[in-house]
Amino acid sequence: MAGAELKSALVVAGQISQAEATPACWSCGDLRAAHFCSACGKVQPPVPADYFGFFGFPRKLNLDTGKLEKEFYALSRRLHPDLFGQAGDRERAWSLEQSSRLNDAYRTLKDPIRRTEYLLHLEGIELEEQSKRATDKARATGELKKQVVPPDLLEEVFELNMQLEELRMQKRMGEDDPALVEEIRAAKVFLEEKNDAHLNELRVEWTRWDKEIDSGTEQDRRKVLNAMLDVLNRRNYIRNLVRDVNEAVEG
Amino acid sequence: MATDYIVGIDLGTTNSLVAYMQGDSPVVIPGDDGVNLVPSVVALDEKHQIIVGNAARRYLIDTPERAVYSIKRLMGRGVEDIQEELKLFPFKLADDLGHGEVLRINMGERTYTPPEISALILRQLKRNAERFFGAPVTQAVITVPAYFNDAQRQATKDAGRIAGLNVLRLVNEPTAAALAYGLDKKKNGTVVVYDLGGGTFDISILKLHDGIFEVIATNGDTHLGGDDIDNLLIAIALDDIRGDLGLDLRRSGETVARVRKGVIEAKIALSAEMSAKLEVDLPGGKTYQREISREVFEQMIQPIIERTAGPCRQALKDAGLKPEQIDDVVLVGGSTRIPKVRRLVKELFKLEPHTDLNPDEVVALGAAVQAHILGGGSGITQDMLLLDVTPLSLGIEVAGGVTDKIILRNSTVPASATQHYTTQVDGQTNVAIHVLQGERELARDCRSLARFDLKGIPPMTAGMPRIEVKFLIDANGILRVSAREQRSGKEAEIDVQPTYGLTDEQVENMLLESYDFAEDDFRQRQVIETRREADTILAALAKAKNDHAWRELGDEERRKAEELERALAAVKDGEDYHEIRVRIDALNEATMRLAELMMDTAVSTALKGKTMDNSGIEEGPQAGHPMAKAEFE
Repeated sequence: MAGAELKSALVVAGQISQAEATPACWSCGDLRAAHFCSACGKVQPPVPADYFGFFGFPRKLNLDTGKLEKEFYALSRRLHPDLFGQAGDRERAWSLEQSSRLNDAYRTLKDPIRRTEYLLHLEGIELEEQSKRATDKARATGELKKQVVPPDLLEEVFELNMQLEELRMQKRMGEDDPALVEEIRAAKVFLEEKNDAHLNELRVEWTRWDKEIDSGTEQDRRKVLNAMLDVLNRRNYIRNLVRDVNEAVEG
Repeated sequence: MATDYIVGIDLGTTNSLVAYMQGDSPVVIPGDDGVNLVPSVVALDEKHQIIVGNAARRYLIDTPERAVYSIKRLMGRGVEDIQEELKLFPFKLADDLGHGEVLRINMGERTYTPPEISALILRQLKRNAERFFGAPVTQAVITVPAYFNDAQRQATKDAGRIAGLNVLRLVNEPTAAALAYGLDKKKNGTVVVYDLGGGTFDISILKLHDGIFEVIATNGDTHLGGDDIDNLLIAIALDDIRGDLGLDLRRSGETVARVRKGVIEAKIALSAEMSAKLEVDLPGGKTYQREISREVFEQMIQPIIERTAGPCRQALKDAGLKPEQIDDVVLVGGSTRIPKVRRLVKELFKLEPHTDLNPDEVVALGAAVQAHILGGGSGITQDMLLLDVTPLSLGIEVAGGVTDKIILRNSTVPASATQHYTTQVDGQTNVAIHVLQGERELARDCRSLARFDLKGIPPMTAGMPRIEVKFLIDANGILRVSAREQRSGKEAEIDVQPTYGLTDEQVENMLLESYDFAEDDFRQRQVIETRREADTILAALAKAKNDHAWRELGDEERRKAEELERALAAVKDGEDYHEIRVRIDALNEATMRLAELMMDTAVSTALKGKTMDNSGIEEGPQAGHPMAKAEFE
């Protein structure tokens, strides 16, 4: 129960701290101000808030994307720089900052994977090692990078990597082996299906997280976070592999 | 400020237009020749006068070295970027151009940067609008191809400033077109804008939702358009001439210009006809003739048109949409009049494209809508809001020459990203950041936007400083960078070296050189133009007195007209253009019925099968107000 109080209090605190940072609309003095003054409509200076908090949402992962879109449109209609074309420098600067924050938040939250990654980041967990960026860097620089092969896929991955190597060699020699390409394509389909399954796995963890955030202990929550990290790592690994396949087959 | 006119400008490769919101509908403002399209051609005549638009086109043929066209292709680009362009276009670069310098083009005896040449076009449009409103115009929305990069956008903004315009917003051309379309249709759905202009190709996919125009994905090619078709046809024709007539005229500027004119006419004709005749007079009294059938034409241009398919597929993929999910396709740009292009669009999106809107004007009209929104919006634009995206990913160079993407393409703008930097050497006070734009993995394959030097970092042990750098793409699609050292809280100073841009100081100097923005100059011009108008109406009236319509007027009417005629003549050589204007309007009013009577005569004369040459209205819109007004009534 202590955990529940702690967490919900955190959410509330996030909202309160916003309110405290802007005790009143700078223009009309109304006390209900957040991003824009609900009384007079003026844009307010940005306050530190995470992306969930920006929309006034709790830090939960099962998110109603319809509601998110509606909120996004509604906030855009209040914050976008186009609405401040004739306003003073200060309001124009705030609007630019607020609407870039809004767009960044919306982009992150509407995508299930980015949303999960962002939550992990908020909770202090970075998955840099498996991220696309880290992989791109390693590829281009030729540096070795720690790879986490999903244990249940060891065999398939090993086999596929051998086939890819063979295909690349054949291509260098100018040979063509339709049967091999077919096998690789089949493996790719298998991997893609696997990734769909990963998304489902992730949804299960979301529901657990949303429950733990209300009533679980810190330890319970860590467990869920680690489980999500594990799914994302496997997913990213496969995604990179699929990309390798695409490059090898098409390139 | 709010009462000032804000105009929308389509600064095109081939033609440019200026438009504004008249009540609830956007309209194009015509030039003094009564034509809406101002050709994007600039010339310097022998007396060092700048000539813009239709009048400048003559120079393309007669003295090509004094004229410049398609300057948009060079905006924001360096000499290394334009080697292909130089093979196809008669741009004459200044001889002393250094590496990494802003381009300078020779025009007659002078040299100009591309933003300056664009500014001359903008200034002409500004004048057209000022003449139309009878008031200064200082604020504008200018459109750019959606696929323009940061440097090209910045160059366009600089051009606006040089022309004495405060550029409130750069709007992407296909998005502007969607605004005009949405205003027209007023329905929700997913819309594709396919924009094939003179020099650029854009594809944008938008979601229209209760007045919100949300761009989902955009793609394109900033070097693909009608110009490419022209160049291909020119190359074929010159080859023919060499083969058939044994003349190698590829180096003859004048002949190439003639061939260019000929192939453009043939190209346009082939959109309506099944075949067209290309005929060009050559030096030495010879003539080149060729009949081109639409079938052959379509085969020839197939590879060019096909290049638009890739960006279309990519945009669909980025949007996560299938062709079946698209509700409408809007065609923009003169090149979409080509039947073959329409068939390709239909194939790609499995839809009959929407062709109600004039593809030449729709972008300018949309820019006017956006200008109205930025002016505060009211009436029909009250609930309209544009959410656009950045067409290209923004990245920074990291170890090993790799691009680390920090803002992905198709992100809604404004968009931001924060990166943290530290030092590698004890006491280091500077950090260099190389900003890139593009989709490729290696920095050298991306477009270099700028190098930033973070300066004034407090000396600390290596790795201790924590410098937060914020990259922000604003609603114009232009990058802004700010930095702060977090341990000391000190704002780090940023030194920007745009890769191919003008510095603020250069723009400022160019602005001063362009004498157009001064209030005094505006007044001077008004006086001259109002006087000219007075002369026109007085001449028209003198001529009308020989018409039998004049005799049909009552004595009182005639007396009144002559009185006002004298009143105008008395002030027209003075400096008070307001007074001249008032008397022009009065005389206009008093001669309205006269003009109507003359119109009636003209129409019945025409119906009798006679020419209208002697009816006094052959000058049309240039003939001063009595006739022009009557035409609309």
